[in-house]
Amino acid sequence: MDILKKISVSIQHGDDQSVFTLTKRAIEMNIPPKDILDHGLIDGMNIIGDKFKHHEIFLPDVLLAARAMYAGMDQLKPLLVKDGIPSMGKVVIGPVRGDLHDIGKNLVGIMLKGAGFDVIDLGKDVPPEKFVNTATIEGAKIIGMSALLTTTMPVMKEVITILRNQNLTDKIKTIIGGAPLSKEYARQIGADVYAYDAANAVESVKQLIQK
Amino acid sequence: MRPKIQFLENTLIERIIAEAKEILSTLGVEINNPAILSLLSDHSAKVDIEKERVFLHSNLVDKALSTTPQSFRLYDTLGNETNNFSKNNVHFTPGSAAINILDSNTKKIRKPTTEDYINYVKVVSQLPHLASQSTAFIPADVYEKISDSYRLFLSLLYGEKPIVTGAFTAESFHVMKNLQLAVRGSKEALREKPLTIFSCCPTAPLKWSYATSQNLIDCAKYSIPVEFISMPLSGFVAPVTLTGTLIQHTAETLSGIVIGQLTNPGTPILYGGSPAIFDVRYETTPMGAIETMMIDCAYNEIGKYLDLPTQAYISLSDSKQLDAQAGLESGIGATLAALAGINNISGPGMLDFESCQSLEKLVLDNEICGMVSRLIEGINPKEDFPAISLFTELLDEKHLLIADHTRRYLRDEHFFPGPVIDRANRSRWIEEGEKTLFDRAQGEVEKLIKSYQPSQLSDEIKNELIQLMEREAQRFGQEKLPKR
Ligand code: B12
Repeated sequence: MDILKKISVSIQHGDDQSVFTLTKRAIEMNIPPKDILDHGLIDGMNIIGDKFKHHEIFLPDVLLAARAMYAGMDQLKPLLVKDGIPSMGKVVIGPVRGDLHDIGKNLVGIMLKGAGFDVIDLGKDVPPEKFVNTATIEGAKIIGMSALLTTTMPVMKEVITILRNQNLTDKIKTIIGGAPLSKEYARQIGADVYAYDAANAVESVKQLIQK
Repeated sequence: MRPKIQFLENTLIERIIAEAKEILSTLGVEINNPAILSLLSDHSAKVDIEKERVFLHSNLVDKALSTTPQSFRLYDTLGNETNNFSKNNVHFTPGSAAINILDSNTKKIRKPTTEDYINYVKVVSQLPHLASQSTAFIPADVYEKISDSYRLFLSLLYGEKPIVTGAFTAESFHVMKNLQLAVRGSKEALREKPLTIFSCCPTAPLKWSYATSQNLIDCAKYSIPVEFISMPLSGFVAPVTLTGTLIQHTAETLSGIVIGQLTNPGTPILYGGSPAIFDVRYETTPMGAIETMMIDCAYNEIGKYLDLPTQAYISLSDSKQLDAQAGLESGIGATLAALAGINNISGPGMLDFESCQSLEKLVLDNEICGMVSRLIEGINPKEDFPAISLFTELLDEKHLLIADHTRRYLRDEHFFPGPVIDRANRSRWIEEGEKTLFDRAQGEVEKLIKSYQPSQLSDEIKNELIQLMEREAQRFGQEKLPKR
């Protein structure tokens, strides 16, 4: 089995130690970092994502795989930067002002990281300006917001208004999630997408980044 | 004999409590509320101000437990007693704070309006097996900042039953308290006859946010009963084992009891919760999972062991429609909860992980509650011994339909559900339009909305409620309340 395949399989087994050693070896073998990323790490995570969707495996398996992924990613990151390969993208996430429900957002964060994104987690109860300022300063292309309360939902619209006022809606896309929301609500407030769970959030962010 | 169900031996309960106390004293709880930190520090708890962590030694917990009432009662808006939370008494209340309503006609979810809420109050007011109302969902046609107080306002204006409710922010408490004072007339009268129960939620694991902890001490100051809603999610933000989850639930709930009792000893509480297992396939918190229900019944046993009245979010469903899943999850939940003697059972009407209320489901669940209430009355011999004379009558007359014995006991021995429960023979069912459960429930809802009689609260008090609510709305820039 070639080494990239082995990395992918180790990711699927959630074996972070193997992923660490194998990635190290692959780097020593002068395999381009981008190939290690795409055909090793990401390949493994994609298979995991698919299996999760079809209930062949459960969330803990996905999180273990994500942890294994970081074991490789941490070594690759500086090399990718050196090669001028842009990262998958930065995503700023958090529950909006007044909302302390962070369980779902945390899951989304872990899964996004697992898919190779840089996640800037703003905690909870995040004021609208903070989303926009952080995204601008960090060069993030995506803002992910959640609201679990009917009372906090409208804060998302404030974030979008700020983005509009600063003419940032082309550069920074928005994705929203949380129990009271829907596709329809995203359309209403002018958010780019709504995602119903963490796996769906990863897919949607991927699509948004490609746009 | 009252039938019972039991999950925990006393020795296990004692180990769970001991372990929870150990956690409270060694790991402590985070409380994002400076006033509470200093209160606890004054009571000699160790406080790490920087980390907002407080370590509660078991003496403090025991002291708080010693002042917690073992029972309390609720009274409707007119002052009549409706709920007695003590021993194994069981009362049902609708599931609270849904985001959506299942539309009666389209059977699709939508955001509720003032009109929906009023219809809900009209229906729940006439459902005999629901002792209280809850602020069951959030009307979306008012400014969000008042959506929590507004539902309490509508409940007080249109209904008489007491109300299980809660505030969404620290500030909302004040108007929600003032509405209650308007009904009762004074702080003392409100303390004498509690009208509402406020849900206060610790954040799993082992934490109190500012808003919910502030709600808790504000309630305590006014002796407004509080139900603690600890929500450990097994396998996610709590141990995967049911016992581990119970340890966490116990620690979180005891921390709430300490805060409440030190603020005002004697504040009435319900030892409650809304724990759930975490479904690692769908990333959801199933309320209809059998393990969720087992955790509910078991922490209720811990509450009872501590001599406290209890509450749980049980007898609700994760289904999206009023279908067989909705019936089975609600039915199993209500049955277990009643057998366990949970004093305040929150759930009827609720679907979709506590996020959707359905009036049709409420009407169906009312029948479940009725059946279950009959169930726990158990089997108690009446004039059944000796039996010879009754059987002689049966053999002579060929039936007992008009026997004295039948007439005396019929209505006590047999529970008669409303028309939602189909017991017609097939031909009659066909004759009467082959109605599905949903059709029948819809018919009941319509009938109840029509037969509603306005609350007998005085016009003077009603006007005061309206003024209070209008002022609150104006404070947030909403000039007028929606038309009623
Ligand atoms: C757990 C919980 C809590 C916990 C939260 C702990 C925490 N650290 O998050 C605690 C106990 C603290 C809590 C507190 C309160 N809660 Co609460 N809570 C819940 C509950 C039961 C489950 C939420 C959850 O974690 N689900 C599991 C996660 C995995 O799912 P999720 O959050 O939906 O996330 C998924 C998707 O939505 C999406 N997603 C989530 N975030 C993001 C972000 C992005 C960017 C994207 C793309 C996608 C995405 O992906 C996630 C993974 O699948 C819900 C019920 C429900 N139906 O949601 C009530 C619920 C949301 N709470 C409610 C209420 C009322 C409250 C309180 C006001 C109660 C009170 N009076 O104190 C307080 C408010 C505190 C505050 N200001 O925020 C109501 C809301 C009612 C309403 N109409 O707004 C609900 C619906 C329950 C109810 N009916 O009463 N709550």
